[in-house]
Amino acid sequence: MTVLLEIAVKTKFKGSVTAIAVCASMLLAQPLFAQEVASDIEFETTGNIALEQRYFSDEGLYPQQLSHSQSSLSIEAELYWQWNEGSDSVIFTPFYRIDSQDEERTHGDIRELAYVHASDDWELRLGIRKEFWGVTEFQHLVDVINQTDGVEDFDGEDKLGQQMVNLSLVNDWGIVDVFLLPGFRERTYAGEDGRLRGPLVVDDNMVSYESSAGQQHLDFALRWAHSIGDFDFGSYWFHGTNREAYLSPSLQTTTSDLTQYSLQQHYAQMDQLGVDVQATLGDWLWKFESIYRTTSIEDFVATQAGFEYSFIGVFDSNLDLGLLMEHSWDSRGEVELGEQGSLMQNDLFLGARLAFNDMQSSELLMGIGSDLDHNAFSFILEANRRFGDNFIASVDVRLLQSNDENDLLKSLNKDDHLQLSLAWYF
Amino acid sequence: MFTQKILMSAITALCLTLVSNSSAALTIEEQKGLDISIEAKKRDLGWQDSMSDMQMLLRNKQGQESIREVKMKSLEVLNDGDKSLTTFNKPRDVKGTAFLSFSHPVVSDDQWLFLPALKRVKRISSRNKSGPFMGSEFAFEDLSSFEVEKYTYKYLGEEELNGLTNFKVEQYPVDENSGYTRRIVWLDTKEYRVHKIDFYDRKDSLLKTLTFSDYKQYLAKYWRADKQEMVNQQNGKSTVLTWSNYAFKTGLKESDFNRNSLKRAR
Repeated sequence: MTVLLEIAVKTKFKGSVTAIAVCASMLLAQPLFAQEVASDIEFETTGNIALEQRYFSDEGLYPQQLSHSQSSLSIEAELYWQWNEGSDSVIFTPFYRIDSQDEERTHGDIRELAYVHASDDWELRLGIRKEFWGVTEFQHLVDVINQTDGVEDFDGEDKLGQQMVNLSLVNDWGIVDVFLLPGFRERTYAGEDGRLRGPLVVDDNMVSYESSAGQQHLDFALRWAHSIGDFDFGSYWFHGTNREAYLSPSLQTTTSDLTQYSLQQHYAQMDQLGVDVQATLGDWLWKFESIYRTTSIEDFVATQAGFEYSFIGVFDSNLDLGLLMEHSWDSRGEVELGEQGSLMQNDLFLGARLAFNDMQSSELLMGIGSDLDHNAFSFILEANRRFGDNFIASVDVRLLQSNDENDLLKSLNKDDHLQLSLAWYF
Repeated sequence: MFTQKILMSAITALCLTLVSNSSAALTIEEQKGLDISIEAKKRDLGWQDSMSDMQMLLRNKQGQESIREVKMKSLEVLNDGDKSLTTFNKPRDVKGTAFLSFSHPVVSDDQWLFLPALKRVKRISSRNKSGPFMGSEFAFEDLSSFEVEKYTYKYLGEEELNGLTNFKVEQYPVDENSGYTRRIVWLDTKEYRVHKIDFYDRKDSLLKTLTFSDYKQYLAKYWRADKQEMVNQQNGKSTVLTWSNYAFKTGLKESDFNRNSLKRAR
């Protein structure tokens, strides 16, 4: 199967794409005839379907939680159209997951639905998109545009699509990106039946906003990024709704006589300055990220800094070994459970990445996180390998341990788990 | 614009000649080896930019096969290494991954990788020259552009190969991160096209043999082999590289090789 398919006149997609193309051309004041546009539209579709199985070694800490096993199936497709030799494109990436246990984890999202026009020294991107910022591995501190799809995975790397108008300007002195972000997305949290949550469930019906515009507040961001020799710099200012909610317990009236508490989400307004730097010096990658955030409730500074060192061809083989070390710091320091703050206020992370460079692209990643202020550890192991041409199998192990009553990890003490997944790519 | 490029190309050619003449204290064999390499480079100057599709067929000792597909865009940068943008198409799980490289003849290259799942652009270390490219028998350094400054040379003599008279030149990598102690290269005396390369590993034993075939000439000047076969002499694995859809002087610009173009590469 060839990947790029010339859209024949008869395909059903033609109509809508032509319409978008025409609108876009009108927007950009470049008169084009629909026929001309349609004639060189290229279309491709890719994606993956993944089956995932989690096994928790212990019974859940809280009564409603699932006991040991959780299965789920997810699909993510990417439909892509381009014309004018790639200067104009439309991307549509729907996602859906069905979970056997946690109804909050059964969810869908439009990861992307965007039109992009690229010119020589500027680009306009309109629609729902994903934008990543940052250089470190164990925490993505400066990454702020997209809301975390928290129910997806433990690592917070999965993001919800964000509506935006983004103008990107390429200059000799760096790339400047201007973002207007209408429409705020609330974070997703594990439900009552779900694991990897605290004692109280986050209620997605009890949400309040500092801004009277609520979810409709128009957020704004301005970013500059540039590479000078071995250094890559990024810096930004963000003004708008804090992606992290302040969670507070509130009484929930239930149908029965029992009273129950759940967590109410409050999204404040924030201003945030962020900086990220990477120095790529031979086998060393030095990484630094920092944010300064101010809200009506608090002001703080946080950093994530460390390095990655690569050994190429270890043990006289094709194996590459990367060693990573990062430290997290937050000016708010240690916080009581339920108080505002960061879990990563003084934490050290060590990691090792082994790439086998074989036909199957086998890879192994291990990481240990340790809280230096009190006794808490986390351990992750991720291994994956290709089978045949289109399947990727992965094994993940996550162990979480804490003796401190105040640590959120303590509430995850019984959530050690093994995750197996098999994904088919098309 | 075009005249400027032609001028720059002439200057580069002149510089190459100067490199050749200024290198004192070379033996006759070293001088001849260098001269042949300079001539080969000169004959390949001025293509400005190119686009091509590459398919790799990986085969292990048991005969199991696997396919890789990439698209390449390159921009000739005079008096520096070329810029290139590589987009991965197969295997499917790496589809959308893209690689941007600004190569430099002497100092290390600048390289960025775009990871589509996270939409993340990652600056990566360019030290990894000897490692395999996508699990194939080609190392990263085997796929990078030929620059005269990357090696020192020694002429070994003439030899018949594929019915053509070939120069046989030994090349010693300057970069200590190279996976090789030396390469022996066969170039035909008529067109200075490479027909075969023997690669010697760090222990100086024969590691791999690369053969070039199906040469085609583009724009009445530039020769490109449609097929390259790399055979690993030590482990019996092989990789066949097939090029298609070659196009030169397509009008690619500097702006096609930056962070933004990396993010939307297809």
